[in-house]
Amino acid sequence: MNRLPLLFVGILLVFSTSWIGLVAYPYLNLGHLAPGTSSDGLVPPPMTASAIAGEHVYAANGCIYCHSQQVRPAWLSTDIQKGLGPRQTVARDYIRQSPTFLGTMRSGPDLSNIALRQPLPGWHYQHLYEPDMVTAGSIMPSFRFLFRVQPVQGQPSLEAVTVRGPHAPPSGYEVVPTQDARDLVAYLLSLKHDYPLPEAPEPPKAKK
Amino acid sequence: MSDLLRSLDPGTPSDPRSYVERAEIDASLRGPVLLFFCSGIAWLLLGSLLGTLAAFKMSFPHLLDSADWLTFGRVRPAHLNIMIYGWASSVGIGVGIWLMARLCRVALRHRGLLMGAGVVWNLGVLIGTVGILAGQSRSIEWLEFPGWATPVLFLGYALIGVWGVIMFRFRRPGHVYVSQWYLLAAFLWFPWLYATANTLLIWQPVQGSVVGAVNWWYGHNVLGLWFTPIGLASAYYMIPKVIGRPIHSYYLSILGFWSLAFFYSWNGMHHLIGGPFPAWMISASVVASIMMFIPVLTVAINHHSTMRGHFHYLKWSPTLRFTVVGAMTYTLVSLQGSLMAIPSLNNLTHFTDYTIGHAHLGLYGFFTMTMFGAMYYIVPRLVGWEWPSATMIRWHFWLATSGIAIMVASLTLGGFLQGLELNDPEVLDFLSSVRVVAPFRFIRACSGILLSAAHLVFAVLFIRMLLRHGVRQVGPALFSAPEKPGDLPAV
Repeated sequence: MNRLPLLFVGILLVFSTSWIGLVAYPYLNLGHLAPGTSSDGLVPPPMTASAIAGEHVYAANGCIYCHSQQVRPAWLSTDIQKGLGPRQTVARDYIRQSPTFLGTMRSGPDLSNIALRQPLPGWHYQHLYEPDMVTAGSIMPSFRFLFRVQPVQGQPSLEAVTVRGPHAPPSGYEVVPTQDARDLVAYLLSLKHDYPLPEAPEPPKAKK
Repeated sequence: MSDLLRSLDPGTPSDPRSYVERAEIDASLRGPVLLFFCSGIAWLLLGSLLGTLAAFKMSFPHLLDSADWLTFGRVRPAHLNIMIYGWASSVGIGVGIWLMARLCRVALRHRGLLMGAGVVWNLGVLIGTVGILAGQSRSIEWLEFPGWATPVLFLGYALIGVWGVIMFRFRRPGHVYVSQWYLLAAFLWFPWLYATANTLLIWQPVQGSVVGAVNWWYGHNVLGLWFTPIGLASAYYMIPKVIGRPIHSYYLSILGFWSLAFFYSWNGMHHLIGGPFPAWMISASVVASIMMFIPVLTVAINHHSTMRGHFHYLKWSPTLRFTVVGAMTYTLVSLQGSLMAIPSLNNLTHFTDYTIGHAHLGLYGFFTMTMFGAMYYIVPRLVGWEWPSATMIRWHFWLATSGIAIMVASLTLGGFLQGLELNDPEVLDFLSSVRVVAPFRFIRACSGILLSAAHLVFAVLFIRMLLRHGVRQVGPALFSAPEKPGDLPAV
């Protein structure tokens, strides 16, 4: 192996096979999927502007390092049995997202269907402000920096977060979410895969 | 054939003329290589600090949680990117350029430009890290640097890579050694990887699940086709050099090189088993991961057969001890990785700390240890001074080895138990998987202190080298003196 051209061409040719298979192929075949249709309109439904902004808050604060967003098929894993979602997630579920947070860790629970499990914004605000308050024993960090503690002026703010216990603000003060927190919660509430797709039917429920 | 190989192999003693030639080459490399080493070590210290902080945050979630730039989700990617681009790539480039120049037997020209490239590279790492901490991360693993930092890195790299390829082009005629194949390949693969990933993920982002495919094609190949070839090139050079005998088999080297190139490049999708991709893509990566047995065992047999009968050198030579521990870990971590790709086992380890342990075993146990070994050999030749303290080298070695061993053991065991909980359909309380792994996470955070201490010792040693601190020594710094004078290794 003393000839440069041979070595050079070999090195690049061998590598190009994986580039074709794992980059070019998915780009051409999965990169331009069209949404499906159901009785409620397009599926997956388009994201709101606030949810799109929330996607960036999710990225900026690295939620992906503890939370995955994928439900593996029933034949491979216990994901569906454990209630992570009604069905496996497929490529079309992600066409609205950029980037896509498939994730590689479950230090915290999978969030593919968090909006189905926790549909109330109030729960999410409390949880983001002080996770331990709603989930005792949680090791999720507090995202207090997404909230403002401000003096109550006249009537309490409508969107003030109910905070009790040791993390409660001093009396006369209230906790209100910033726009980042509102966007993040809008994004989290967009995470649900309860619509049908022909390529991903819901598996029959296991008999108890 | 074997006479020819023997005469050109780095393990063969040389005549006085080549001593002069080597001194000239080393003199031409001093500035750039030391620049990459210095900046690499500085990043290593900062990266250790951030990594240890992130690890303790998993045990104490309220630790430093009031400022957004210190939240876990920013400190962790800052740690990872500093280690990948600031430490491992910088030191890998330094070692790679030095090995390339030595093996091509050409002095480095226009070193000012290469040093400029080094400055640009480090600037890219700096603004990228600031970007992550400031909340500009894209949260694409291994590619978190914001889009305005990556072109700087790419520019820096392009200049560096061109140097490596040009040196190879103008090499002195003769045999091309196995380390040169690996280095040439790494210098060509990295820009392809980095350009593809940045184009499709940062500058012109693709949508949907394609992000995952490109992300892990990149993430795994940075390890497999950038760091691994540099680490192996270094091991292939240092082992014969220190023990003074040629590599066992030329043909095994060829098999190991091409099978690595072919199989490693297809591995990436084993990070996404069960994910939203066509089954054949996942299957191809699982098969390629299992096939990694071929390059890994080939290299292991080749290195082991070279070392056979010379393992007692490990008592004396710091270079050899770090390199051999690195090379052995390479075998271990690669075989572990192949097994982790088998879907039934992957189920257990996927999404758990087990994977984090595997990543540290590869990037630290293999690559970083190998780079430490190479630096113990290279730095004295660049500064014309011997390592001033064998005791400090010993401390460095044992702190690093025990630190990584405790870290990987705790993550592996904890991740295994966590995986059992995550997979058990009877366990509906998610927090039970958090509780079971908690003590292991605390032990792992403590192991970060050991590693940080190791890096501090090494940094002090390195600064003492630059300052030519201590008394001038006659021979190389060894852990202990050989019993028989004839047994003296090269370093």
